[in-house]
Amino acid sequence: MRESVRPDAEVCRAWVREAAARVAADRDRLTQLDSAIGDGDHGHNLDRGMRAALQAVEDLGETATAGEVLAAAGKALIAKTGGASGPLYGGALRAMGRSLDESGDLAAALRAGCDAVRKLGGAAVGDKTMVDALEPAVKAYEETCDLEVTADAATTGAESTMTLRARKGRASYLGERSVGHLDPGAASTALLIRALVTAARDVRA
Amino acid sequence: MKKVINAPEDVVPDALRGLAAAHPGLRVDAEGRFAVRGDAPVRGKVALVSGGGSGHEPLHTGFVGPGMLDAACPGEVFTSPVPDQILAATLAVNGGTGVLHLVKNYTGDVLNFQLAAELAADEGVAVESVLIDDDVAVEDSTHTAGRRGTGATVFAEKIAGALAEERAGLPAVAAVAREVNERSRSFGVALSAATVPATGRPGFDLPDDQVELGVGIHGEPGRERAPLAPAAELVDRALTAIEADLPLSGDLLVMVNGMGGTPLAELYVAFGEVARRLRGRATIARSLVGNYVTSLDMTGFSITVCRLTPELLRLWDAPVETPALRWGR
Repeated sequence: MRESVRPDAEVCRAWVREAAARVAADRDRLTQLDSAIGDGDHGHNLDRGMRAALQAVEDLGETATAGEVLAAAGKALIAKTGGASGPLYGGALRAMGRSLDESGDLAAALRAGCDAVRKLGGAAVGDKTMVDALEPAVKAYEETCDLEVTADAATTGAESTMTLRARKGRASYLGERSVGHLDPGAASTALLIRALVTAARDVRA
Repeated sequence: MKKVINAPEDVVPDALRGLAAAHPGLRVDAEGRFAVRGDAPVRGKVALVSGGGSGHEPLHTGFVGPGMLDAACPGEVFTSPVPDQILAATLAVNGGTGVLHLVKNYTGDVLNFQLAAELAADEGVAVESVLIDDDVAVEDSTHTAGRRGTGATVFAEKIAGALAEERAGLPAVAAVAREVNERSRSFGVALSAATVPATGRPGFDLPDDQVELGVGIHGEPGRERAPLAPAAELVDRALTAIEADLPLSGDLLVMVNGMGGTPLAELYVAFGEVARRLRGRATIARSLVGNYVTSLDMTGFSITVCRLTPELLRLWDAPVETPALRWGR
């Protein structure tokens, strides 16, 4: 088995940059997904939040630790995104930051981020939320320490929400009518995990 | 879709600046995105803070003033406010006897208000939160995020605000807000979807001969789609859903609320049907007909009913002076 990555501040900064770019590029697609089963603003909100996160990270001094980078990004996400995704993604990044400054290990940090989302949102796998992309990705990384396998697990997990009936979040109001649509939160989670994988790979290369 | 806006991203602060210009009795922080009553903080009075996504006006900023809310925090359109802005509003109105957060039950609102309450507690301010979840269209079970908060929010803000004005303590003000919520139910019907300024497209497509039953206030589709029917039948569907959950008798407070795009005459048509259907079984003691909890330009209506007690009726009648509700002063 491969060894778990130990992301430094440079990887974390690259992650936030990559994530902001990918969210901006996919903004309209995410909003479109949210129009089908939510209130049609996920892409726009997350784009606003990620731009604030990127600015916060760029404003940090050179000596910031990996944990400080993620804490700053998380705080900006909570302050600027709104909705449920602000506290959920912001809380996840802050938990990951604390974990990285303690252990330095990506597997532990991913688990901490996933735990934060589950605790705040109260969602489990199968509820048609971001947890459906996040939990399988974290599990895949814990088992393989393979970045590509991790990103693929997030994507597969997000796609699995297509057939699910939502039990949490705004899509749950639709009951059976939520079936047949991708969950926008799971889709953006897969995108953020893909950004992390790209950042970790590019910085190491 | 045409809109009276300067730029989609400026709608919320621009509207706040207009609110400030129109209502000098309010203090508005357009950048910080909150409005407080002009004499805040009122020493010795429990302060009421509410908030939620923009697009539901006059909820919540139109209900700031003596006898109702001390502060309102509008988020982006259909997006909950963020903790920083809720915290700033909470601190601005804290009169030393605690602050009540009135929160509509949506995951985003709940999480952001919760974070703000924790931050306020760190600053030594006692905050209690009451969740409003009156929409019977949503099944209240572990299979959903729970019922949405809609029309009962107006009732809770008015009645709890009246009790706070009489200098009742935080537990009593919170308790009366919970009582209003428990005694109230709502159901909404949409004839067309709302168009969010940022996207410029309706949230869902609804053919000319179809309606959405059990629709929410954020442009999300409803529980089921049904053929367009006469007002009597649409009202019947709504009241049947409400009465399946809360049998109606005694004195009622009834609101027929527009979604933002419905002519007032049509709302009165609906109200007439409500009155006809309740005749002989319950008394409409007080009524409210108009646009109070809107969904931008959505057409349709919602019905909210509260089973009054003599005390709730007294508090409803108490003086109020806000941009959207004012009487008795």
